Amino acid sequence: MSSTAPTGATTMLDDFMVRAVLAGLGVALAAGPLGCFVVWRRMAYFGDATAHAAILGVAASFAFGVSLYLGTLAVAAGMALLVARLTALGHAMDTALGVLAHSALALGLVAASFVPDLRVDLSSFLFGDILAVGRTDLLWIWGGALAILSFLIWRWQSLVSTTVNEELAMAAGIDPRVERLVLSLALALVVAVAIRIVGALLISAMLIVPAAAARGFSRTPEAMAILASVIAGVSVMAGLWGSLWFDTPAGPSIIAAAATVFAVSTLLRRP
Amino acid sequence: MKTALIAAQGLTVDRPGSREAALTNVDFAIAPGEIVTVVGPNGSGKSTLIRALLGNLAPREGKVTRRPGLRIGYVPQRVQIEQSIPMTVRRFLSLPRRIGNDEAAAALTRAGVGDLSDRSIGALSGGQFQRVLLARALLGDPQILVLDEPTQGLDQPGIVAFYQLIEQVRAETGAAILMVSHDLLVVMRASDRVICLNGHVCCEGTPQSVGSAPEYLALFGGRGEGTLALYQHQHNHDHDHLHDHPSQVHRHVQHSPDGCNHNAG
Repeated sequence: MSSTAPTGATTMLDDFMVRAVLAGLGVALAAGPLGCFVVWRRMAYFGDATAHAAILGVAASFAFGVSLYLGTLAVAAGMALLVARLTALGHAMDTALGVLAHSALALGLVAASFVPDLRVDLSSFLFGDILAVGRTDLLWIWGGALAILSFLIWRWQSLVSTTVNEELAMAAGIDPRVERLVLSLALALVVAVAIRIVGALLISAMLIVPAAAARGFSRTPEAMAILASVIAGVSVMAGLWGSLWFDTPAGPSIIAAAATVFAVSTLLRRP
Repeated sequence: MKTALIAAQGLTVDRPGSREAALTNVDFAIAPGEIVTVVGPNGSGKSTLIRALLGNLAPREGKVTRRPGLRIGYVPQRVQIEQSIPMTVRRFLSLPRRIGNDEAAAALTRAGVGDLSDRSIGALSGGQFQRVLLARALLGDPQILVLDEPTQGLDQPGIVAFYQLIEQVRAETGAAILMVSHDLLVVMRASDRVICLNGHVCCEGTPQSVGSAPEYLALFGGRGEGTLALYQHQHNHDHDHLHDHPSQVHRHVQHSPDGCNHNAG
């Protein structure tokens, strides 16, 4: 990472810790509101399946020499659409989703073992490697996060209406299938964005834990979405700090911090 | 009825996802300011009729005409709000269209729950929630309110209060009201016209005439006793006997010895 004419900004971005913080906050920004929908719509398995499929995407990117982000995004989007289709068939899809979520991971790991370059590096995609984030990664992460955020803001009223009650939404002319598609694609995008930060195994946690912690303190969907992003952001900072201080892996440390916030919030809400 | 808000002719509608008809050859019309109640046993096609009239279900045969630009306020059957999403009454009213505070307050007051604006939806009683749904349906000044079993899960006093509210809303706004209901006794008293449905229109007319129609009695023999007490006429009720009514106010659509069972035979 050499820069020929260091200005204030470039010098700052040369610091791996600054890049890590920025990357983590980008993910937190998108994960907050999107995670709320995962909680409200009980899409935890959906998130798992999509995130696990990303490992397959990583293997494909290495094997065919395409951009890591594009490969991950394509495979995650494919999985998200498949799962959305299954979910639309009914609530009895729990088993099928479980099968998909775990076989996607297993297949990804098997595929990864055929790619020599990836074998060395596999754990960084499973658990994230936020400290290795470069400037191109930052562009992808913030571009993706802002895309997700604008996507959600654009569809917000329809998404919330569909989530609250599909029939009322349909009576108002909203097509729930469109909203499911929007969420599926947003989920695929967040997987591509977050895989470098917390890794495929913990992306779901990054979505669910902050949102769950925000639930007890929110009276409206908007408040919960904003609070979830704040909690995710705080978890990123705390996790990174803990990771430096105790020399622990950054991705799991971030989730551990979020889980701590969740535990404290649950205790606070208890009468 | 040329002034009808919604009219249907020869409506045959399949159950969603099947070729089995839920409704066969149904004619329907509702005039401005009219309160019409659809009664019928479970599976008799009441909700199917509502959804076809609203345009949510395409009929296999026949056609539905809605007055152009008709403003409809709709409360579906058994609305369940996702409990994991935090939601105040006020925020709920702004879904999917954002509305002003004045409009929200006016609708809540009209529905008799003006003080609930800041409450959490999950903390409401069944009766309060139905009134909030009614308030939501009243937004946008509807010409017709369509309520699918609006009193399900309410106790008897709650049901009576709800129908009093419905009559009051009609008086204040002039909106027509189309309801589906199981609460025969109270509902019928609040209605201008009752349609008794069982896959087809069995009979329709004033509450009094339908309450004493043999088709109706065959369907609701046991449960309609309360209604009978209310609308008891001079003639003797005999389920197996097709008698002439002194005043033929209601329209018999189909006569058969076993009343109105479309599966019979």
